[in-house]
Amino acid sequence: MKRLDLIKGAAAAALAAIGLGMPAIAQQGPIKIGMSMPLTGGLAAGGKSSLVGIEVWRDDINAKGGLLGRKVELVVYDDKSSASETPAIYAKLLDVDKVDLLFAPYATVPTAPLMPMVKQRGLLLIGNFSFQVNHTVKHDMWFNNAPWGPADTWPRNFVDLGIKHGAKTIAIIAADQEFAQNLAKIAKGIAAEKNITVVYEQNYPPATVEFSSMVRAIKASKADMVFVMSYPPDSVGLLRAVQEIGVGPSVKIFGGGMVGLQFSNIMESMGSLMNGVVNYNSYLPEKSMDFPGAKAFFEKYQKRAVEAKVDPLGYYLAPFGYAMGQMVEQAAHATKSLDHKTLAAYLRANTIQSIVGPMEFAADGERKVSTTLLAQFRGVVDKNIEQFRQPGKQIILLPEAFKTGDVVVPFEKARQ
Amino acid sequence: MSMRRHGFWIGALCVLALAYGLTLAIRNEYAFFAGFIILQFIVLATAWNILGGYAGYVNFGTSAFFGIGVYTAIFLFKALGAPLLVQMAGAAVMGALLGFVTGLLTLRLHGIFFSIATVAMTIILETLVINWKYVGGATGIQVLRPPVTEPFDSYIKMLFVIGVALVIVAVALSRHVQGSWIGRGLRAIRDDETAAECTGVPTLRLKLLACSISGALMCAAGAPSAMYLQFADTTSAFNLNYSVSALAMSLIGGTSHWAGPVLGAIVLGVTQQALTVTISSELNVLVLGVMLILFVVGAPEGLLGLLRKGWARLARGGGS
Amino acid sequence: MFSFELLLDAVVLGVMLGCFYAAVSIGLSVSFGLLDVPHVAHPAFLVLGAYGAYALNQAGWDPIVAGIVLTPLFYVLGVVAYRVYFETFEKRGSDAGVRGLAFFFGVTFIVEVGIIMVFGVDQRTVQAGYIGKAIDIGDVRIPMRMIAAFGGALALTLALTAYFSLTFSGRAIRAVAQDEIALRLMGANPLKVKQLAFGIATAVVAVAGALLIIVGPVEPTTHRVYIGRTFCVVVLAGLGSMHGTLVAGIVLGVVESIVLTLYGASWAPAISFAMLLVVLAIRPQGMFGR
Repeated sequence: MKRLDLIKGAAAAALAAIGLGMPAIAQQGPIKIGMSMPLTGGLAAGGKSSLVGIEVWRDDINAKGGLLGRKVELVVYDDKSSASETPAIYAKLLDVDKVDLLFAPYATVPTAPLMPMVKQRGLLLIGNFSFQVNHTVKHDMWFNNAPWGPADTWPRNFVDLGIKHGAKTIAIIAADQEFAQNLAKIAKGIAAEKNITVVYEQNYPPATVEFSSMVRAIKASKADMVFVMSYPPDSVGLLRAVQEIGVGPSVKIFGGGMVGLQFSNIMESMGSLMNGVVNYNSYLPEKSMDFPGAKAFFEKYQKRAVEAKVDPLGYYLAPFGYAMGQMVEQAAHATKSLDHKTLAAYLRANTIQSIVGPMEFAADGERKVSTTLLAQFRGVVDKNIEQFRQPGKQIILLPEAFKTGDVVVPFEKARQ
Repeated sequence: MSMRRHGFWIGALCVLALAYGLTLAIRNEYAFFAGFIILQFIVLATAWNILGGYAGYVNFGTSAFFGIGVYTAIFLFKALGAPLLVQMAGAAVMGALLGFVTGLLTLRLHGIFFSIATVAMTIILETLVINWKYVGGATGIQVLRPPVTEPFDSYIKMLFVIGVALVIVAVALSRHVQGSWIGRGLRAIRDDETAAECTGVPTLRLKLLACSISGALMCAAGAPSAMYLQFADTTSAFNLNYSVSALAMSLIGGTSHWAGPVLGAIVLGVTQQALTVTISSELNVLVLGVMLILFVVGAPEGLLGLLRKGWARLARGGGS
Repeated sequence: MFSFELLLDAVVLGVMLGCFYAAVSIGLSVSFGLLDVPHVAHPAFLVLGAYGAYALNQAGWDPIVAGIVLTPLFYVLGVVAYRVYFETFEKRGSDAGVRGLAFFFGVTFIVEVGIIMVFGVDQRTVQAGYIGKAIDIGDVRIPMRMIAAFGGALALTLALTAYFSLTFSGRAIRAVAQDEIALRLMGANPLKVKQLAFGIATAVVAVAGALLIIVGPVEPTTHRVYIGRTFCVVVLAGLGSMHGTLVAGIVLGVVESIVLTLYGASWAPAISFAMLLVVLAIRPQGMFGR
C-alpha cells in the first residue's frame, strides 16, 4: 500500500514536471504568499472583500496545478487598519514564515511603512489600491494593482469634463484624511492651471455627522462643479444632504472622489439618491470591460462573498485582488522563476493580461495609463441590489477606451 | 539602600548588555520588531502608572503624549535632520511641558473630570496636528531614516536596544518616585487629597512633578516610533489604543508597585503580538476585552497581587 | 463667503445637530451624571441600539418604532450590567474609579466584536419615508432626519425630567444621587433604585441608537467617535441635569456649526473641546451642575 502510494506520487511528480516543462525539483513545498490585510478597524470592509478576490485566484491557480507546479498558500494577518502594525507583521512573514512573495495590504496607510522596508531588503511588493505610496521611497520593485495611473489623471478628467460643459468655478470638499487630502491638493493645482475659480473649499474632520450646512454653502456659492473627496460614512451623509437641501441649478457635475459609492451595501441603501453623481470607480460590469475571465471570477466571488459576509457584488476591489495574483502568475510562468528581481524586470517590461484588462507599469510602479473610471449613476432605483449586476446603471464617461455613454448635465437634471 | 541602588543599576547594565548581545546572536529580525512594540508599551504603562497608579489621577490622554512624541520627532527630523537621540530628547522636553500643563488641570479637576479633560486635550492636539501641513497634516508623512550607525548592523536592532535603554530609564524613574518622598506624597494624594494638603504635603508640586515625568516618558516612547515606521499619520499616532492599553496593562499588572505595569505590559503585549500572528481577527479585540474584565473583577491588585497572595500562601505552608 | 443668511442657517442646523448630540448623551447623563458610574460603554450600547434598529428595519419596521420596541430589552441589559458592576466594585466599597473604567472598556470591546460577528464590518443604514426629505421653515430648509433627532431629544428630555420630578421612583433616583445614606435611613434600597436608574438610562439608549442610525450610517467602530462627544455634553451640562444636557448639546451643535461656516470644519473638534476645557476650568460642576 505504502509503496504503491510512493510510486503513484513519483509518477504524478514526473508527469507534472513534463507537463509544465519544469525540472522535477519544482516539487518542493508550497509557494507562500504573505500579506497583512485590514480585517478589523475602519478599512476592514474593503480588506475583507479584497482578500476574497485573492483567495479565488489562489484556488484557481491551485486547480490548474499551481504556480510553477507548486501549490500556492496564502499567509494573512490582520493589521487592524493601522500603520503601526504592518512592519512587525511583514518581518514575521519574511523572517519566520519565510514567504516567497509579498502582497501589500489594502489601502495606503498600512502600506506606507512597508515601502522603506522592501526597498532596503530589495523585495518585490505587489500593491493593493494604495495611492502614491511610492512617491517618497521610489522603490523600483513596486507594482500597484490599482487603476489610478499618474496621480493627476483622475481629478484632471473630472475638471476637464466640467470645463467641456461650460464650468468656470469649482467647489472642493475633502475629508481630513490622507487619500482625500492628496487628491484635493492635486485638484486645486489643476483648477489654478485651468483658470477655474475655487468658490468654496471645505475640509472636514472624520467624525462629522451632519453635512447640511456644507451643502447649503455649496448652493450659496453657485459653483459650476463640485469635486467631493469623502469616505464612506460622509459620502452617505453628503448625498442625503444633497437630496434634502439641493445644490442648485448651477452645478453641472457633482462627485469625483466619493469613496463608498462602490460598496454594494451603500449602493443598495442609497439607491436613487446616487442618480446623476459622476464618481470614480475601478471596475464596472459594462460591456466595454468584459475582459477574459471576469465573468467566471465574479460567479465564484459572489458565491463566497455571501458566506464570508463581505461585499456581495465586489466589483470595486475583489477583481484587483485577483489581478495581483495574475501579475505574479504571468511573470513567474514567463520567467520560470520566483526571483524577485527577475519578476520585477518582467513586470516592468511586459503587459499583464488580467481580468481587469491589460496592465502596464510606469517607472514608479503605478499604471502607465490611468484606467480610473469616471461614471455617472443613472436610472438607479431604491432597495435593489440586483440592478447593479446589469450594465447601464453606471455609464462610463472616461477613459475613452471603456466609454459607454455621455454625461447628462446639469446635475439636477441628471437626477430626475 | 545604596547597595540596593547599586544592585539595580548593575542589573540594568546587565539587561542592556544582554539586549545588545541578542542583536548580535539573533538574526531573525521579527523578534526585534515585535520586541520593540512591547518595549514601547512597557514605557507607556510605566509612565502612566506614575500618575495613574501612585497618585490616582487617571490620564486618558496617553495617545496624545504618544502622538506628540511622534510628531516632535518628525518635526525635528524634517526641519533639522536631527538624529534619533536628539529627537527623543526633544520629545521628552515637549512631553514634560505638556505634562506640566496637564498637571495644572489637576488644580481644579479630580477623578473622572480629570480623565475627561485629558480626552479633550487629546482631541484638541490631534486637530492641531491634522491642520499642521508642515508635518504632513491629514495626509500623513513619509520620511526616510538615515542608515544605521555602528555598532549595530540593522536599524531595528538599534531601535530595540534604545527601547531597552528607555525602559530602564522609565523603570528607574518609576522606582525612584515610588521609593522616595515623592511616592509617599503621591500615595497620600491618592488616599485623600484634602487630608494630604492639610498635613502639609505640597500636593500641587508633587502632581506637577508626576505629570511632567510621566508625560516626558510617554513622549519619549512615541519619538522612536517615527523612525520605526518611517511614516506618521494622525490616526495611527493618536490611536485611542495607546490610552486604553497603557491603562489596561497597568491594571492587569498591578498599580501599587513599579513592577506591575512592566509585568502587565509584557503579558498583554506578548499576548497581543502572538494573537496578531495567530488568530488574527476580531477575536483579538475580544481577548483584550475579556482579559480586562477578568482581571479587574478577579484580581483587583493585578498580577502582582496574585503573585503576592500565592507567595504568602506558600510561605505560610512552609512555616507550619 | 460670509452672509447672514448662511449664519442663520448655521444656527438653525446647529440647534438640530445639538439636539441630536443631546439625544445620544442623555442616557449617559443618567448613568454617569446621576449614578457616578464611569460608563464608557455607553457609546457601544448606543451603536448596539443602532444595529438593533437596523435589524428590525430590515424586517420592515420603522426605525423609531424599532428603537421604542427595543427599550425593554435594553432595560434588562442595563440592569444586568449594573448588577455585575455593583457586585464587583461598589459592594466592596473600594474606589472603583479606574477599575470600573477598565471594566466598561472591556464591555465595549466585547460589544464591538459581537456586532462584527453578527452583522459583519460593513457600514449600515436604515430606510424610512422621512429619510432623504426636507421641509422649509421660513428660509431655512431642514432635513426631516434632523427633525426626528430634534423631536427625539425633546421627547427624551421631557420624559426623563417629568419622571425624575413627578414620580416616586424618579425622586428616589435623584435622592440616591445626592445622599445615599439618607435614602437608606428612609428604608429604601439604594441598590434597587440605582439598578432601576441604570436600566432606564440604558433603555433610553435604544431610542437614541435608532436616532443615531437615522441621522447617519453606522459601523461597528462608530462608538469610538462618540466617547469624547457624549462625555463632553454630559460634563458641559453639569452632572445629572436633563435639561442641562439638552442645552449643552445645543451649545455644542451651534458652536460646531458656526465654526464650520466661518472658519472651516477642520477646526470644529478643537473648538468644542477647548470650550469643554474652559468650562471645566471655570466651573467644574458644569453649566447646570448640582
